[in-house]
Amino acid sequence: MAISTAAANLPGDAHYLTELEQDARREKRQLFALCTPGLLLTMLLLFLPIGWLFWFSFIDADGNPTFEHYSRIWTEGAYVQIFVITFQISILVTVICVLLGYPVAYCLSQLPAKWSGLLLIGILLPFWTSLLVRTYAWLVLLQRRGIVNDTLIDLGIVQQPLPLMHNMTGTIIGMVHIMIPFLVLPLYASMKSIDGSYLRAAANLGASPTRAFWEIYLPLSLPGLLAGLVLTFILCLGFYITPAVLGGGRVQMIAQRIEASVHLYPTWGPASALGAVLLLLTTLILLASHLLLGRWRRRLG
Amino acid sequence: MTGRPFLTTHHSYLNLQSGTTMETSGSRSTAARALPVVIRNIVKHYGAVRALDDVSLTVGQGEFVTLLGPSGSGKTTLLMTIAGFARPTAGSIVVGDTEVVRLPPHKRDIGMVFQNYALFPHMTVGENVAYPLRLRNKPKAEIAERVEQVLDLVQLAGYGSRRVDELSGGQRQRIALARAIVFEPRILLMDEPLSALDKQLRERMQIEIRRLHDRLGMTTIAVTHDQREALTMSDRVAVLHQGRLTQFDTPRRLYERPANRFVAEFIGESSFLPVSVENGTARYGDTVLSLAETPPGAAAQLLLLRPEKLLFLDGQAFSHSTTINRLRGMVTEAVFQGESVLLAVRLEGGHEIHTRLPNRQIDNAAAPEIGAPIELGLAAEDTLLVPGDR
Repeated sequence: MAISTAAANLPGDAHYLTELEQDARREKRQLFALCTPGLLLTMLLLFLPIGWLFWFSFIDADGNPTFEHYSRIWTEGAYVQIFVITFQISILVTVICVLLGYPVAYCLSQLPAKWSGLLLIGILLPFWTSLLVRTYAWLVLLQRRGIVNDTLIDLGIVQQPLPLMHNMTGTIIGMVHIMIPFLVLPLYASMKSIDGSYLRAAANLGASPTRAFWEIYLPLSLPGLLAGLVLTFILCLGFYITPAVLGGGRVQMIAQRIEASVHLYPTWGPASALGAVLLLLTTLILLASHLLLGRWRRRLG
Repeated sequence: MTGRPFLTTHHSYLNLQSGTTMETSGSRSTAARALPVVIRNIVKHYGAVRALDDVSLTVGQGEFVTLLGPSGSGKTTLLMTIAGFARPTAGSIVVGDTEVVRLPPHKRDIGMVFQNYALFPHMTVGENVAYPLRLRNKPKAEIAERVEQVLDLVQLAGYGSRRVDELSGGQRQRIALARAIVFEPRILLMDEPLSALDKQLRERMQIEIRRLHDRLGMTTIAVTHDQREALTMSDRVAVLHQGRLTQFDTPRRLYERPANRFVAEFIGESSFLPVSVENGTARYGDTVLSLAETPPGAAAQLLLLRPEKLLFLDGQAFSHSTTINRLRGMVTEAVFQGESVLLAVRLEGGHEIHTRLPNRQIDNAAAPEIGAPIELGLAAEDTLLVPGDR
């Protein structure tokens, strides 16, 4: 039917064109239909559980709607304290990751491919190793009579073993180690894309290597830095295993509090509310960084 | 830093610019700013590869010199050694009276237009142009004034607050140029400055760059692989081949008196015939060709035929003040190309050469047909020989 009408109209005829346009639209719809399995899976595995989570957070023990789980978070000082500590640790870990990771990524991006590939494996290998294994490895290294303390005492740098674990120090050391690839990899990718001619141009115009770095290279690497920074920070916010093991219960972050709430209360409500708040905060941060990144990208063209 | 007296007269191009119309060549030189460049025995090895093999050339005050060559000829390497981005294995580069070969690039005070322009994407057009002045700690008011002047000079006044990605290719090219000259560097370098532009814009910019150079009188060294670009813009062209300087001459002499087969082939269209030289004549098979000047060197040489130098004798006697050499052959191919018909002609000696029948002659001359005999003439003064080896 469609074919016969198309054949009946001559090229250039208005009908003929709309027929073609309809074809194009139909093809677009069909192509979009190919996404359906993926979309359904996303709905099923992402939005449904999250919806559930929110739903539970508004239900009390008797199954009645309530705000008590949320009001508890704001009124009880302990919860607020945990959020504050979580943000403090996440910010600190992210800052340390930036300070350590930026030079590493810069180094990687400047080395010839042969060497940078080798060093990249040095970053990826721990990245591919189990989180739990790495965390317990730090436990071995940092304990009272662990390798680190023994070495420091043998060298006469300290007299008494340093308290390196079951506290903030251990938590942060472990988290930095786990998180640093998340910062380095996107940063490295963005640095690789910075054309060397920008730095040559800066030098040609009279910029010393230091000034060229601060005024040209750093601004151009900012999008990658911001992307890695946000990724690291958000992963830190919800981090569970490493703070739990290396903090030894003395450092409480939100994820641990959620786990505790699940055990403590007979219903999912309190834990759900905490999860919902964490999700909301994370979303807000992502949104803010997206806006910031977008503005910067537009400037960079 | 010493040796930059022209920085004190930094408003000099403003004066030139105020008389916007093109002035005679007398106004051209602001000699205080134009410094000569003496390049001596530059050698650059990359492992076993000799990228530059003992290159020496002197660029005069205010001269526009183009380094021309195919890729891998060393022309870009030579430019990079002048800019300071590549360190030569041996040799010396003197700008004005300063030996620069050991100076890092940021202390050389040499302006450069990069192939992809390398305009900083996180700065506006104005900030880009102001950057070299800011690096030199100029007062704010002076920076603003000079940025405005130079933007005006490249005909982009008022574009200061634009973002770089809002500019077209030609505009970026001008901004790159503005940024390279705003701090009045000792010399100006250009690395394939027009290669990113389309053909029409490229041809317009060639003329424009040449005009700007005439106005500023700045010693300029450009790199290109485009022979027409080199001929259009330059006072002199340095042809490089396999890391060596093959010929350094004016565009006219380069075209009319190429030093060897490579230069003759690289610049313009050319066909070659093997000839033997004896008693001031060249012999190609049975044909004896008169020469205006007897070239030195070996008896075996190559006759250089430029398509546009060949005359269509068409059997008739040719009244001409000079001797006309005659070459007989047969048309093997005729391709209409708009402004001319490209003819392939197989000579009696068996060699195939190319010639062009200009469009305006197509009607007069009998239309050349494939297989038709043809007689070509070549004036004695256009009968050029080049050494047989490359």
